[in-house]
Amino acid sequence: MIHWLNSPASETQITHARRLWLYALSIVIMLLLVAPTLIVIPMSFSDSQYLEFPPETWSLRWYRHYFGSPEWMAATATSLKAAFLTMLVATPIGVLAAYGLHTSSIRYGRLALALLITPMMVPLILVAVGAFYVYVKLKIQYTLLGLVMAHSLLALPLVVLVVGSALKSFDLNQELAARSLGAPRWKAFVTVTLPQIRFAVTTSALLAFLTSFDEVVVAMFVSGGDNATLTRNMFNALRDQIDPTIASISTIMIIVTTVLMVLALTFGKAKDPG
Amino acid sequence: MSGTAVETHEDGLRHDARRERWALFGLSSPALILVLVILIIPVGWLFYLSFIGADGQFSLENYQRMVDRKSYRRIFETTFQVSLITTGLCILIGYPLAYFLSQLPNRIAGLCLITVLLPFWTSLLVRTYAWLVLLQKRGLVNTWAMDLGLWDEPIKMVHNLTGTLIGMVHIMLPFLVLPLYGSMRAINRDYLKAASNLGASPTRAFWTVFFPLSGPGLFAGSLIVFVLCLGFYVTPAVLGGGKVIMVSMKIASNIELFVNWGAASAMGVVLLLLTMLILWVASRFLRLEQLAGSGHG
Amino acid sequence: MSQDESPHPAADALPITIRGVTKTYGAVHALNEVSLDVRSGEFLTLLGASGSGKTTLLMVLAGFTRPDRGSVKFGETEIIRTPPHLRGVGMVFQNYALFPHMTVDGNVGYPLRLRRVPAQQAQERIEQALETVQLGGFGGRQIDQLSGGQKQRVALARAIVFEPRILLMDEPLSALDKKLRDRMQIELRDLHDTLGMTTVYVTHDQREALTMSDRIAVINHGRLMQLDDPTRLYERPANRFVADFIGDSMFVPVRRRGDSVYHGDTALTLSDPIPEADALLLLLRPERLQVLDDDPDPAMNRFAGTVSNLVYQGDSYLLYAQLTDSVEIALRGMTRRDTLDTLPKVGDPVTIGVHADDTLLIADED
Repeated sequence: MIHWLNSPASETQITHARRLWLYALSIVIMLLLVAPTLIVIPMSFSDSQYLEFPPETWSLRWYRHYFGSPEWMAATATSLKAAFLTMLVATPIGVLAAYGLHTSSIRYGRLALALLITPMMVPLILVAVGAFYVYVKLKIQYTLLGLVMAHSLLALPLVVLVVGSALKSFDLNQELAARSLGAPRWKAFVTVTLPQIRFAVTTSALLAFLTSFDEVVVAMFVSGGDNATLTRNMFNALRDQIDPTIASISTIMIIVTTVLMVLALTFGKAKDPG
Repeated sequence: MSGTAVETHEDGLRHDARRERWALFGLSSPALILVLVILIIPVGWLFYLSFIGADGQFSLENYQRMVDRKSYRRIFETTFQVSLITTGLCILIGYPLAYFLSQLPNRIAGLCLITVLLPFWTSLLVRTYAWLVLLQKRGLVNTWAMDLGLWDEPIKMVHNLTGTLIGMVHIMLPFLVLPLYGSMRAINRDYLKAASNLGASPTRAFWTVFFPLSGPGLFAGSLIVFVLCLGFYVTPAVLGGGKVIMVSMKIASNIELFVNWGAASAMGVVLLLLTMLILWVASRFLRLEQLAGSGHG
Repeated sequence: MSQDESPHPAADALPITIRGVTKTYGAVHALNEVSLDVRSGEFLTLLGASGSGKTTLLMVLAGFTRPDRGSVKFGETEIIRTPPHLRGVGMVFQNYALFPHMTVDGNVGYPLRLRRVPAQQAQERIEQALETVQLGGFGGRQIDQLSGGQKQRVALARAIVFEPRILLMDEPLSALDKKLRDRMQIELRDLHDTLGMTTVYVTHDQREALTMSDRIAVINHGRLMQLDDPTRLYERPANRFVADFIGDSMFVPVRRRGDSVYHGDTALTLSDPIPEADALLLLLRPERLQVLDDDPDPAMNRFAGTVSNLVYQGDSYLLYAQLTDSVEIALRGMTRRDTLDTLPKVGDPVTIGVHADDTLLIADED
């Protein structure tokens, strides 16, 4: 232990001992980063209105309340539907766009990419308000269609960037080879390129799903009535009082999100062939 | 070979080239149409609306209001204050963490990075809610602090500026740490070896070599955090308890409660222009892909 | 015009007719009114430096680069506007471009699947193609298990399995080490002789071109500099660029006076007529030079100079001599056991001779 403390920690030969404060501080910060999220999980099993930690009495009360409530269940269904549809819409559109950008001239590609990234740059409240305005005019306010379109807009940049980056490290000569062997462009893409970027496509599909599922601000303005999303209802509940049911919903959301992200990461880490 | 005996197919080739260009453009057109219809046109419309006064005629009264009315000025002040303080705190807390991570061997760093990524992926709402629960009067922080004897009476840490700041720092931290970590990792270790070799003490080597090299990453990360804070809605709305009013919240209330599109859109335009300006500055220091790669949710 | 036919022109090999092909990128001419004929069944190499346009021309033949204007015919058929997948040419890429998510069988069978060849027949043809490139039995291997040379052969097998009548190759050997490359050059040439398809081969390595080709097209800045068989290209370069590019060359400035060409005050003995140009250069090749004694041979052109350097290279040696007009030339000879003793030393006067037949004049144009 002493030996380690006195050993050099970096190129400047500073010892671990002199850096101990940094290590301690960093560990505290990391704990503070994860703790709030994780603490919600055991707290959701607390029986009391005030959600103690550690829970004095363990119970599934708030879960029962969640699953037993028609409003919450309807909202959850809406969120899941919207997320799923967003994934189905944003992924193909984004993949095609990424491919189109990649194979077109540099000038056009840069311009189009900048345009496709804008949903990430514009403050979310403006996207929400703008969509709200247009939807009222088009009379698709509070519909699933409107919600999916808005969420697809938000997910699109992610798909384009993730798939675009995979295409960049892909050897496009393989497509040329396939075409020289007799495959028209679309067939070459489907039989040669697509199988090799499938991990990027899957990852971006999952990201699209999560983007929609977690989204609050746009959903607040664009979903409502029968089509209110889970996040919208949660937000409204939060503004009024601390409804402990939200703890159980949060736990479920944390687990769902983590599972999906782990899936996405393992796909991403598993090196694309070739 | 005479020109008339051999065809040169110039027109045909040009036609083929144009057709191919359009076909490839067609691939990205659904995406571009989506962006156009749901983003560009509505925002453009808002831009237009900001110049329409209460009487339906062209006017600058919406912008004038922001300058004249004290309540509006205060909202902008609050927004800037919160954003600046949050960014500052993120830098103070995030820089040491990023530095620590960058010094770890790759695999361990990857594991520790999960502690940054996990909250990053977790729903915004869930994280905000977690702080709401933790900071309330009978919440964990107060209970434990009183048990440890830090203070006697529960301190009001939520539904005020304090709660808002705590929540926002927690949410914004990954946005600073991730690009900063990336840029620190990219710093060539040989520079530090050279500094040591030339006689610099570890502290001196850090401040004169490492820190300046991490500058661009730090600057870009800070700008991202600042810009996100400016437009932030959820966390201040929940943790501020109505006492901390940011621009985004005013825009929302202007529409939800007052249906005052003129006022809302004017604020929106100002917010948008500020955001674009700051992002443009950041893009000079950090490439577009890295910027977007760290943003999600 | 020599009548060099390739050994076994296949009955269905196609000739390629290229006329006036031009491709510009902005102000840069990648190809500038290129016209040439590839004979049926011949092995023709496009030789040039990077950026010369040779790869661009190959890509035009393949259909991946669309020229601004021109005409390309395979046999009688105009194909300049035909999309790449309908041209029926086999192509081997520089980095092989094999499909890593398929096995060797999968790769080689790909063109057959596209053509809906029934599975049984396809399997036979795949095996046959692999045998031809000496990879019999490799069908089940994964691409990442193969060595560079093996990958190259798979790429080749894939390109010939559907029996194309034209084969295009883009510097296929440049990624291999020297020994393998030398061997593959011979194998590729043998393969061409066996299969008899018209082959267009791109390389920047002039030695490779000289080894493998029936004819070589030297390309520079998008223009065709000379199209000839290797011997004529080496012995009778048409211009300075070709002379410089092929083989080692030295240029000595000379002057025309009346009907003769003078180096300094000495008239040169020539075997060929003097080219019609104002400025002339004398082209000398190091291996055609000799150290002369005093015995005057009327067929030899003599250059007096001083030995400036002597470099031993194992199988050969280089003797550098500075001529009276300060031009330095090098002479290459093969070494024997006692060579170094018999050669003049550095600083000695020396007379370098070159036979009139090897005294070449080139127009010094810019």
